Amino acid sequence: MSVIEASHLTKYYGKARGILDVSFQVEEGEIFGFIGPNGAGKSTTIRLFLSLIYPTSGTATIFGKDAIRYGPELRQEIGYLPSDVFYYERMKVIDLLNYSASFYNRDCTRRLHELAGLMELDLHRRIEDLSYGNKKKVGIVQGLLHQPRLLFLDEPTAGLDPLMQRKFFQLIQQENQRGVTVFFSSHILSEVQRLCNRVGIIKEGRIIEIADIHTLQQNNYKKVRVVADGLDPAHFDLPGVTGLEHHNGVVRFFFKGDINAVMRRIGEITVSDVTIEEPTLEEIFMHYYE
Amino acid sequence: MSTTIFKQEFGMHLRSVITWSVAIVAIMLLYFSIYPSFARDAELLSKMMTRFPKELLNAFGLSGVDLSTLLGYFSFVYLYVQIMLAIQAANYGVGLVSIEEREWTADFLLTRPVARHQIMTSKLSAALTSMVITQAVVWISTFGCLIAFKGDKTFQADILILLLLGLIVFQLFFLTVGLVISLLVRRVRSVTPYALALGLGLYVLSAFGDMLGESKFELLTPFKHFNPHYVVQHGAYDLPLVMISVAAIVISVVASYWLYLRRDIPAVA
Repeated sequence: MSVIEASHLTKYYGKARGILDVSFQVEEGEIFGFIGPNGAGKSTTIRLFLSLIYPTSGTATIFGKDAIRYGPELRQEIGYLPSDVFYYERMKVIDLLNYSASFYNRDCTRRLHELAGLMELDLHRRIEDLSYGNKKKVGIVQGLLHQPRLLFLDEPTAGLDPLMQRKFFQLIQQENQRGVTVFFSSHILSEVQRLCNRVGIIKEGRIIEIADIHTLQQNNYKKVRVVADGLDPAHFDLPGVTGLEHHNGVVRFFFKGDINAVMRRIGEITVSDVTIEEPTLEEIFMHYYE
Repeated sequence: MSTTIFKQEFGMHLRSVITWSVAIVAIMLLYFSIYPSFARDAELLSKMMTRFPKELLNAFGLSGVDLSTLLGYFSFVYLYVQIMLAIQAANYGVGLVSIEEREWTADFLLTRPVARHQIMTSKLSAALTSMVITQAVVWISTFGCLIAFKGDKTFQADILILLLLGLIVFQLFFLTVGLVISLLVRRVRSVTPYALALGLGLYVLSAFGDMLGESKFELLTPFKHFNPHYVVQHGAYDLPLVMISVAAIVISVVASYWLYLRRDIPAVA
């Protein structure tokens, strides 16, 4: 049984497009990366699963149950960290966290203090006096204190310094090892690459690719760089070549297909340097968005 | 109903309840402290008032009122208490769920394991409790002032109780109508202008209607539905008018739940 399942999920805000016919599944114990530029529909998808908004058509299910109909009960097991965190400004951190904890049918006190310690969060300050990064830490503690089985992270690292980001990733990985399923939306590909097993790519409201992160990198494109004197870029004008660039005797391009075709072309000339490597997710991603 | 939310909400209202209560007690003391001199010169005053234009007297709720009697005088004070209670209730109603959306805390609250109807019920109960406490202060200060300043005069306690009971429905009108308005607009940027517009607006409509001698406005404004002069004169409410308020409350509550349960919570832009 999938932990998360979207089936032909469509959302319009009046006439404005949210997401269109989005379908995917996330299995138990996965860290699923959801990538796309701003406005592609990442937050819309997450908000539909949390029933903050309602779908125009299609269904969203969590643990096999309809996300809207069984929302309150399902949310006992869901943690959510939004990209922008806002809490009751006049409350103290500890009061907010206790307020949050009081909604769950289990004792969260120990985990609350564990997480606050880990995140080096000062519990006795008022929310309004916190920096953005510190509010984000409150968000992390708030999202994890009830030991949820499913986490929705919506561009979670914005506002965290690199040290805290690392701690945060470690925390997510630990949670995942305990069996927690993670839905991770981001436009920063390096972090998705580092953390996720599978990714879904969303563009203008539609899913354009769902793939294993390694398959995505290996099966598709190679990044080729050839250095030679008096090189004519037209020499590499082959089927499967994209993004051909020529600059000071250095030719770069992406290639998809049988790599031997490129090797033969390289063999025909005298080169001073050659590299063939896997493109970063960033480069694949840019390719999808062109 | 979630006691967790109720406590949180009530905690947030507490300061406002104290502020409104103090303001109401202050205005009552102010008005009643000058009552003894009013009563002494009652004859002179009545003569003077006949010279004022009728429209003006209507606007200030002074037409056909005998200010020298305790209840007559109280019904004049009652109007100002009504205005304050109207603004308080409208403020709670308009802000009930819109504040969470304006301050972006709705995401936090609605991702907790509670149903929206529970959130709404808890918030309404907290607002109601706050209003009831304020009204208790009104009851105590009314009786306190009347007894302290009555001198040798008497008043009919049953009519007074009738007047005070009316305040419950009166406030409910502003709470629920404010709530439904806040759910009908796209986004409430600031609660106070809405609350003032609703509270004072309906008062002005009632005063303005008086000036024009137009009775149609009676149907619209609870200041007319709960007109103290009518109650003092007849010893009863104008029931058909009160039923308009009751109907508006019922419709507003049903519509509010309906709208809130279907509402898309706006995301931080």
